[in-house]
Amino acid sequence: MSAVDDPTDLTLGSEGSDASVAEAKGDEQIADLSSDAGDDRIDETIDGYNFAYLDENTKRMIRRAILKAVAIPGYQTPFASREMPMPYGWGTGGVQVTAACLTPGDTLKVIDQGADDTTNAVSIRQFFEKTARVDTTTRTEDATVIQTRHRIPEKALTEDQIIVYQVPIPEPLRYLEPRETETRKMHALEEYGLMHVKLYEDISRHGHIATTYAYPVMVEDRYVTDPSPIPKFDNPKLSNSPALQLFGAGREQRIYAIPPYTKVKSLDFEDYPFDPGQWPQACALCGAEDSYLDEIITDDAGGRMFVCSDTDFCSRRRAEQDAAATSEEGEQ
Amino acid sequence: MSQEVILRVEELTKLYGARVGCRNVSFELCGAEVLAVVGESGSGKSTLLNCLSGQLPPSGGSLSYRGANGHWRDVLALSEPERRLLSRTEWAFVHQDPRDGLRMTVSAGGNVGERMMAVGARHYGTIRSTAADWLRQVEIPQDRLDDRPTAFSGGMRQRLQIARALATNPRLVFMDEPTGGLDVSVQARLLDLIRTLVNQFELSVILVTHDLAVARLLAHRMMVMKDGHVVESGLTDQVLDDPQHPYSQLLVSSILQT
Repeated sequence: MSAVDDPTDLTLGSEGSDASVAEAKGDEQIADLSSDAGDDRIDETIDGYNFAYLDENTKRMIRRAILKAVAIPGYQTPFASREMPMPYGWGTGGVQVTAACLTPGDTLKVIDQGADDTTNAVSIRQFFEKTARVDTTTRTEDATVIQTRHRIPEKALTEDQIIVYQVPIPEPLRYLEPRETETRKMHALEEYGLMHVKLYEDISRHGHIATTYAYPVMVEDRYVTDPSPIPKFDNPKLSNSPALQLFGAGREQRIYAIPPYTKVKSLDFEDYPFDPGQWPQACALCGAEDSYLDEIITDDAGGRMFVCSDTDFCSRRRAEQDAAATSEEGEQ
Repeated sequence: MSQEVILRVEELTKLYGARVGCRNVSFELCGAEVLAVVGESGSGKSTLLNCLSGQLPPSGGSLSYRGANGHWRDVLALSEPERRLLSRTEWAFVHQDPRDGLRMTVSAGGNVGERMMAVGARHYGTIRSTAADWLRQVEIPQDRLDDRPTAFSGGMRQRLQIARALATNPRLVFMDEPTGGLDVSVQARLLDLIRTLVNQFELSVILVTHDLAVARLLAHRMMVMKDGHVVESGLTDQVLDDPQHPYSQLLVSSILQT
């Protein structure tokens, strides 16, 4: 077998190049920091706080949990979740994972339901601007770490990126089997019949699988996993993704991971296959037909429009269209 | 009735600290045979049943089961995954309270289908039609297939629990007071149903009951337990009509004669 054909060789090779790319990038950005922007930022940081808010021992503990999670794709690794300066449910798990992953050279993007400009996204972005002084961006491809609440960006992720999901309830079996001791045993023994009972109930009640978010997936043919409440539209992007996907649940004290190029299958029945869903209309702003759309109520007379939930994707498509229109006008 | 032994129990003992749950219980169970375990409350019947069905680790003794493939297996030495697999394929358990054996928030069809899905069924249409077929077998109307057990009467819940237990065609069924808590006419109908199903599917059953009438109607053989010991065992008619041990005599004589 040639080295190119061997998948393990390929992975190793690409990982190696990743590291060097990341290092190079890191050096550049550290240099940037020290030259111009650095001085302003030091004034903005809060005295007495460590880089990225958490102390180094806590970050080490979280990194160990992350390593274990990556080693066992889909397995919920317990970790000693800390109290964060925000309420549970606002992304305390995601924030801790992000804090443990950030290095001074990273560029952070934070999205909330796809949008860069909502309260949750803005607050978390400012939090890390203050406590870690890292660069932030709204451009998906410029980010090295993306913390997300319930969406995966429309633009395909790359091997250089880590995406961190905020997870409210990490246990996919929770609503069917309330006992934690029992669900752990079910995971350990791969007893996942119960998960299909939920899908069966959906079909018998609604005529189709009516679960539209937090749609359960099977990771690498072993662990049934809750992909956090992302829409099922995003489920296909979980599989074989080049980016490292980390999931943090702060209140439930669990971290789990889907490593790069891992097989992720959405559960279904043979005669009711998984369907990611689609819209009859295109985005009202940018005209995209392949993106996830939000419904926006425009008045109290039933007026509504559907627009991309990924604001970065939508606004840049519109900018490109505008630019193209202007240049065409110029030519004429 | 097949005369081949499928379950062999030797000197099974369960101690709760110094107290005795059951002690030195030995018996053999043949294929398609119904064995009743009778005795008063606290005599160790349920402890014995829980030990046999693998829900409680016994303190001593041995328990072997001959699987559908004809091989004998030491049940106590099985690993947990193997034991759990056994208990959802070749074995089944019917609880006294249907709420223990059913998922009350899941429809009747889902309840029956769960065991099939647990052993790998992934075709909705097949699962649903099999579930509907089982509901018919236990005399539950087809239009209740999508109703939750919370909307069922006590007798219907118990019949649903039996359908759920039998959905993967088990060979050995453990029943813990299956007719307890039901009124007399419903009991009679349920007993009739159990007897029909047991004959039809040639099930081996270990039936725990305090009701001698249930034992007489269903069981081929019976064991009388007192204070954790088996005091008498034999053919049902023989024990009930000619009890030898003083306690059996007391038990039999305490039934109102009509």
